Amino acid sequence: MNLKEYKGVYIFIEQKSKEIQNVSLELLGKGRGLADTLEEELVAVLLGNKVKDQCQDLISYGADRVIYVDSPMLDKYLTEPYAQALSAISKSEKPNVILIGATSTGRDLAPRVSARLATGLTADCTSLEISEEKELLMTRPAFGGNLMATIICPDHRPQMSSVRPGVMQKLAIDTNRTGEIVEFDMKFDESKFKVRFIEELKETKQLVKIEDAHVLVSGGRGVGSAENFKHLEVLAKNIGATVSASRAMVDLGVMGHDRQVGQTGKTVRPDIYFALGISGAIQHLAGMEESEYIIAINKDKGANIFNTADLGIVGDVNKILPLLNSQINKLTNKNA
Amino acid sequence: MGDFMNIVVCIKQVPDTTEIRLDPIKGTLIRDGVPSIINPDDKAGLEEALKLKDLFGANITAITMGPPQAEQVLKEAFAMGVDKGILLTDRKFAGADSLATSNALAGALKKLDFDIVITGRQAIDGDTAQVGPQLAEHLGLPQMSYVKEINIVGENLVRVKRGVEDGYQVLEAETPCVLTILSEANNPRYMSVSKIISAVRDKKIEVWDTSMIDIDLEVLGLSGSPTKVKKSFTKGAKSAGKIHEVIPQEAVTIIIDKLKENFII
Repeated sequence: MNLKEYKGVYIFIEQKSKEIQNVSLELLGKGRGLADTLEEELVAVLLGNKVKDQCQDLISYGADRVIYVDSPMLDKYLTEPYAQALSAISKSEKPNVILIGATSTGRDLAPRVSARLATGLTADCTSLEISEEKELLMTRPAFGGNLMATIICPDHRPQMSSVRPGVMQKLAIDTNRTGEIVEFDMKFDESKFKVRFIEELKETKQLVKIEDAHVLVSGGRGVGSAENFKHLEVLAKNIGATVSASRAMVDLGVMGHDRQVGQTGKTVRPDIYFALGISGAIQHLAGMEESEYIIAINKDKGANIFNTADLGIVGDVNKILPLLNSQINKLTNKNA
Repeated sequence: MGDFMNIVVCIKQVPDTTEIRLDPIKGTLIRDGVPSIINPDDKAGLEEALKLKDLFGANITAITMGPPQAEQVLKEAFAMGVDKGILLTDRKFAGADSLATSNALAGALKKLDFDIVITGRQAIDGDTAQVGPQLAEHLGLPQMSYVKEINIVGENLVRVKRGVEDGYQVLEAETPCVLTILSEANNPRYMSVSKIISAVRDKKIEVWDTSMIDIDLEVLGLSGSPTKVKKSFTKGAKSAGKIHEVIPQEAVTIIIDKLKENFII
């Protein structure tokens, strides 16, 4: 393999019902920086059915070029048609780097493609940098977040990496940016299409287990009631977090036992833990003190939680949360 | 499919990462005394296979790759009701990344008859979720990942519920196929005393080395791994936090700045 033939940072653009997913825009933002450091091109790869109209947006978010495949075969995400298209584009274009969002789609597609291309893949990277040797340095947590490892893919191309939503930052949209939009001429091998799509069902029930959540909004006695707990649910929804609770709220019946953090509940280590109206009993701390960043709101200045919190706010959670929610709403609507 | 389905479940022995702590002075992982367990998603995979066996009858083979002491997870699988256990162990497998691991497993699976291959979605020591789909690719088989529920809906026909961010997809494929299972799919059964006894007395673990599988040695172990660990490190100790006694509106600003800093909003 002649590594020098492989050029460009390629971003797999995930769309659902033609709507570009935020994680892909975030990867364009990160990819722009990587491409500039490498002095190579940033290419967005968009697969779907009748998605040509979305291509210009990808340029506005940082891409130099968009390669798209429009086909009824790509209407709903299924592993094989998507793997065929992404592999074919990779074989033809020879990218240096491919970045994919670590969603249920990306985490299904990326390993399949990496095996087809016989190259390396590093999952759920939290940091991507270019070394002096122009190698992609892919840093990710391992052992339940206890250890960070920087991974390289020295002798194989493309260097493939997946990144979870919310980790990278998208660029501000610039509708004056210009770029090239090209259609890729894809010939599918339909004989390999063995999985049939039957239906999809929305479920409001939370899929994310609290142990797996990256951001947890957790409420305790200070929240007081199921009525007040709704503010926590709104906050969680606004920022893509998951709700959990201290034992007090579980005993009140506001949350199920599967949502309980602490010694008699679950041990969690999210990137951000909101301890809202939680006093910080030792049994609760045992379940969450290794969270990456702890934000606590409590009326009692002397509450034990403030000894563990990275950011402490002395105040009434039931007054602060409604304000916080409306402020976040304003901000996110403006950005959208 | 013959009389019974043949199901192969790939399982991994992992350290219980919830028990791992950092040495606060050296900043290194304390792994002494950390129990080894069957990876939770893989255990859910065993349970799904056993449920199919209860319903339709099946021959279940559990396979694991690892050092000799990984036989422990096969003994536990026997005690849950698995029929056959294979330990893939050889120094040539050592140091494998997900691609080299999937190559080794594919080499072993090519020596077995199966209708369904089950893996866990991901292992708690690496959390990559890559081996299942990579294995499916090497075997040239369809994959259905993030599976929460399996139903056999006809001769050779498997229908699954696949968990996605906002609900689930229902997918269908003919056997043979590869499924990766979420731990929320079920609550794995406990080992039964009678099965523990019969596991010890009657069931023998087969030990396979590289000579017994159908694979090119070049794609195995450290040398067959495209990815390499350049360095690993633990995150530094935390500094003490800051407490703000402010009016609600100001508190909101402080929190929002922090969320922006972390790209949450």
